[in-house]
Amino acid sequence: MRPFEYASPATVQEAIDLLGPTWNDAELLAGGTDLLSLMKDDVVAPKRVVSLRRITSLKRIEVTPTVVRIGALVTMEELTQAPEVAAKFPSLVIAAGGVTSPQIRHHGTVGGDLCQRPRCWYFRAGYGILATGADGQPLVPRGDNRYHAIFPEGNAYYVCPSSLAPALAALEASVVLQSPEGERRVPVEEFYRIPRTNEEREYVRQPREVLVAVEIPNTGLKNATYEIRQRQLLDWPLATASVALRVDGGKVVSARVFLGHVAPRPYRATAAEATLMGAPLDEERIAAAARAAVQGARPLSGNQYKVQLAATAVKRALSSLI
Amino acid sequence: MLKPRFLSTAWPDRDHRVWIGHEVDRVDGVLKATGLAKYTYDINRPNMAWGKFLICPHAHARVKRIDVSRAEAIPGVRKVEIIQGEGEEILFHGDEIALVVADSEELARDGVRSIRVEYEVLDHLVDERNLDAIPRDRLRPGGRRRRGNVNQAFEAPTTLVVEGEYGIPMITHCCLEAHGVVAEWESEDRLTLWISTQNVSGMSGQVASAVEVPAGNVRTICEFIGGGFGSKFGPDRWGILAARIARELRRPVKIMLDRDHELLTAGTRPSGFARVKVGVDRETGKVLAWQSTLWGTGGPGGNGTSISVTPYIFTGIPNQSREAYNVRANVGPRRAWRAPNHPQGAALTMTALADAAAALGIDELEFFLKNVDLTDRPDVYTQELLVAADLIQWRKHWHPRGEGGRGPIREGLGISMHTWGGRPHNSECHVHIHPDGSVDVQLGSQDLGTGTRTVIAMVVAETLGLRPEQVNVQIGDSRFPPSGASGGSTTVGGVSSSSRRAATDALEQLLEKVAPSIGVRPADLKVSQGFIVDKNDPSRRISWKQACRQIGMNPITGVGRQPDPEDQPLASQGVGGVQMAHVAVDVETGIVRIKRFVAVQDCGLIINPKTARSQVYGGVIMGIAYALYEECIHDPITGRRLNPDMEFYKLPGVGDVGELIAHLMMGKVTVRTPDGREITVDYDEPGVIGLGEPPVISPGAAISNAVANAIGVRVPHLPLTPDRVLAALAQKGGLA
Repeated sequence: MRPFEYASPATVQEAIDLLGPTWNDAELLAGGTDLLSLMKDDVVAPKRVVSLRRITSLKRIEVTPTVVRIGALVTMEELTQAPEVAAKFPSLVIAAGGVTSPQIRHHGTVGGDLCQRPRCWYFRAGYGILATGADGQPLVPRGDNRYHAIFPEGNAYYVCPSSLAPALAALEASVVLQSPEGERRVPVEEFYRIPRTNEEREYVRQPREVLVAVEIPNTGLKNATYEIRQRQLLDWPLATASVALRVDGGKVVSARVFLGHVAPRPYRATAAEATLMGAPLDEERIAAAARAAVQGARPLSGNQYKVQLAATAVKRALSSLI
Repeated sequence: MLKPRFLSTAWPDRDHRVWIGHEVDRVDGVLKATGLAKYTYDINRPNMAWGKFLICPHAHARVKRIDVSRAEAIPGVRKVEIIQGEGEEILFHGDEIALVVADSEELARDGVRSIRVEYEVLDHLVDERNLDAIPRDRLRPGGRRRRGNVNQAFEAPTTLVVEGEYGIPMITHCCLEAHGVVAEWESEDRLTLWISTQNVSGMSGQVASAVEVPAGNVRTICEFIGGGFGSKFGPDRWGILAARIARELRRPVKIMLDRDHELLTAGTRPSGFARVKVGVDRETGKVLAWQSTLWGTGGPGGNGTSISVTPYIFTGIPNQSREAYNVRANVGPRRAWRAPNHPQGAALTMTALADAAAALGIDELEFFLKNVDLTDRPDVYTQELLVAADLIQWRKHWHPRGEGGRGPIREGLGISMHTWGGRPHNSECHVHIHPDGSVDVQLGSQDLGTGTRTVIAMVVAETLGLRPEQVNVQIGDSRFPPSGASGGSTTVGGVSSSSRRAATDALEQLLEKVAPSIGVRPADLKVSQGFIVDKNDPSRRISWKQACRQIGMNPITGVGRQPDPEDQPLASQGVGGVQMAHVAVDVETGIVRIKRFVAVQDCGLIINPKTARSQVYGGVIMGIAYALYEECIHDPITGRRLNPDMEFYKLPGVGDVGELIAHLMMGKVTVRTPDGREITVDYDEPGVIGLGEPPVISPGAAISNAVANAIGVRVPHLPLTPDRVLAALAQKGGLA
C-alpha cells in the first residue's frame, strides 16, 4: 500500500470537496472490504482516502408511499434486517444474504456493493480492467476464464461483482449521485458501462461524485433472487438471477429478469421477459424463460457450464414465485 | 538406562488407566482461545526491522537486469539483498528475486515496489493434465514395474476390463500461519530464532552452518505453530537471510511471508494423473490385473506422484504393469504434504476400483470386502469396512450407480481405504521433580496443533499418579533435549515413549528416596491419585508433596529416550483406515454437498481420544477441501498462478463439510462378517502409533466415488467443482 492522506468529512458536501478530478486523486471509503485489498495489491493508489463513516445522513432507510430510499452507508446486514425492505423486496434480502460472511455483511455497505471493483484475477494481478496482455490483446479469452462472462461486451470479460445490482435493476431502482453540479439519478440498469481503456471505470459515477443512496420505486412487484454459489462459506456467486413481475388476472403483465455474475453488468434477459409476458407463470413457461434467458450466450473456453447455471438460476428464481 | 529397574514402563492395561484412553481437554486450549498463545507472527522485538521479498511474476524467465538503487535510496530501508540477480534463470512464479529489510513492514514493501527488474520471458509449461501434450524434454521416467502377466489376465474370457483416466491436481499446504521467522543476535555469535517450524530440535544446526557459528549457539523457539502439514522442516531462504541480515544490521529482523507468497512458494503437493486399466473376474469379483500410466509434477524438479502408490493398498493384485513419468513444470516446488503420495494413490486407485465394481454391477462395499485379501491387513480393513458401513447406514442408502433419484438432487455413497506407518521418531525427554512437588517435562518437540502437549502431560500424569494440569510441559525450544521433527505422524509415538520412560525413571528415584521413611522397599510402592502408597498396605501412604520434600535441594531428573534398546517398545507403526462419504449432488448446478462423512481409523493405543478425534476431523476437513475446492490455477498464457489468495484458492467453511463422524478403533474389537466369520483385533496391543496423516488420505476418493454413484458417471479429475461435474454429466448425455 502506498502512503495516502486520510480525510473523514462530516457531510456529503465536505466529502465532495475533498474529491479530485481523477480517480488517482481520491477514493471513497465506506466499509473498506474491497478498497483496502485493492490498495494493498497496488491495483489502485489514491493520493487521498475520503471516509464516509461520519456522514450519518447516508445511514438511513426512508420509506415514502412511492419509494424506499436506502442510504449508501446502510450495511448489508442492516439491509437484511430492515423490516420495510424484507416485506417489499425479498429479492434484495436474499441477494444481500448471499454474502455469507457476517463480518463482511456488517462492514460492507450498499454503496460499496455497487461500486466494488470486479474480482477478475487478471485485473487484481495488475493487468487492468480489460486484462490486457503484453501483446496488447485481452488475456481472458485465451486464459483461464472459468469465472468470467458468458455475455462479454467488447473487450470486457470480467463479471460485475455486485450482489445487489441485478436485484435492484429488476426492481427498477436508481442510484442517487451527488456532485458539485448537484444531484442526478441513474437507473441501476444504466449505472454500469463498458470501459474502453484500462484507465476508465466500469460505472458511470465520476471521480467527483458520491453515490449517496439507492431509490427503489414502491411498485409492488413480486420479486425474487436465486444465487448459485459453490460454497456455503463466503464465495462469489457463479450465477444469479433476479426477477420482478406483476401478475394480473393469472397472467404476467410485466416482467424484468436480470442475471448476475455472467456479464460485465447486470444482464437483462429480454428474451426471457418476452417469454413470460401475457402467460400464466407455470412450470412450462418458466422452463421456456430459463432457456430464453441464456439465448445468445457466448461462453469462453472454460465457462460453458455457467450457461446452464444462469438458466437454472432463472428457473429457480421464477419457481420461487409460484 | 543401565541401572536396574523395579518399575515397568509398559502401558497400563485398560482397567488400570487413569488418564490414558480418556477424554482430556487440550492443556493449551484456553491460551489459544484467548490469544495468550504466542505464534511466530506475534513475536515483536525492540528495534526490529522487517523483511519483504520481491518475487518473480513470471513462470519462467531470466533476469536480464536488476536495479535496486531506488529502493536503497528510501529513508528507512536498511538492506537490499539480491537473491537471484542478473543471468539467473527463474523457474516458477513466486520465486524470490530480492529481499528488502527496512524499519517497518510498509517501508519494506515500498522498497520492494521500487526495485526495477528486466526479465527475458522464457517458454513455460504449467499445464500437465494431458500427457500427450507435454513436450518430451519435460518428461522424465519415474519407473516401471511388472508382475505376473497383465495381458493374459485382460484377455481371459472371464475377465471384465474397465478403463479410465483419473487425476488429482497440485495443491498447496495453505498454512493459516504463513511461514516466517524473527532472528535476533544476543551477541556476535549467539543467535535466537523464533521460527514457525515443525522441527525445533533440527533447526539450529541447519541455520548455524549457514551463518558459521556453532550449532549450540543458535537457539530455536517455536511454542505454537499455525499449521505446517509437511512444509515447515527447514529454515528456508527467509530463515537464513533473517539470521544473516540481523547480524549485519545488529538488530532483530522479522520476515513473515505474505499470503500470496506463501501459496506460491512455500510448498505444493505434487499432482497425479493416471490412465488405468483394471481387470476383474466376472464370477468372483476379484481384481486380477492392474495396468497404469501415471504422471504428475512436483514443480521445476519434476517428481510428481510416486509410482509406489498405484495401485494403492491393493498391492497384492496378481498381475500388474505400471509406468510413471515426472513432469518438469514451471510451478511451485513440492514439499511433503500430509501423507506424501497417499492421497494421490487413493484418488487414482480407489476410483478405478469403484468403477470396476460399478461395471460389474456389484455393491461397492461388497466389492471391497471381497478384495481385502489383496491388502496387507485384511482383518483390520474388514472390520473397518463393516463398522463404517453401519455408521453411514450403507444398506439403507446404497443404490446401484446412477440410480440416485429423479429430481435435481441425487444422492450417492462412496468408499475409500488407506494406510500409513506412523513409526515413533527419536526423542529424549527430561522429567524434573522439584522439592516443592512441581513437575517440569522438557523436550525439544513441538505441538503442531495436534495435542502433543496434552498427550505428554497425560502420560507423565499417568506415570506419576498426578493430574495432567500438575505437569508443566515445556516444548518448542531447542535448549530442551532433542526430539525429532513432527512429520510422518511420528511425534506421538516418539514423545509418549520418551516421556513415559523419563517419568518412570524419575519416579524410581523418588521412590528410592522416600521408601525408607515409609519403611518398605521402593519396589513395594506405587503412585495413586497424588499419593505414594504401600502396595501391600494401602493405609501406609504419604502425599506427593510430602514425598517431594524428601528430595533435598536439587530436583530429581528422570531421563527417557526413544528408541531405548534396554526397554520394551512402547510404540510401533502401521495402521489402516476406511472412509465413506454420503453426498448430494445438484445435477442442474453441479454443486456437491457432503451429507455425512464417516472416518473409521485405527492408530494403536490411543492416549487421548478427544484430541485423536479432532485430528481425524481436521484430516477429513482438509480432505473435503481438496476433494471439492482446492487447486492451484495457472494461466495458460502467462504461466502465472491466478489464485494465490484465499478468495479463489477455496477452502471449505463449517457449513460445507456436512456431518462428520470420526470413529476410532480402540481396544479389543470383534466383528462378525456377513458370511458369519468372527474377526477379533486388539488395537491397543501394538502400542502408540501416529495419526496425523491417515485421515486426510481417503476423502478425495471416497467423495469422488460417492459422486459417481449419485450421478452415474465418473468425474475424472478432482476437485469436483460445478464445471467438472456438469461437463461429466454432459459427456454422459445430459442430466443424470
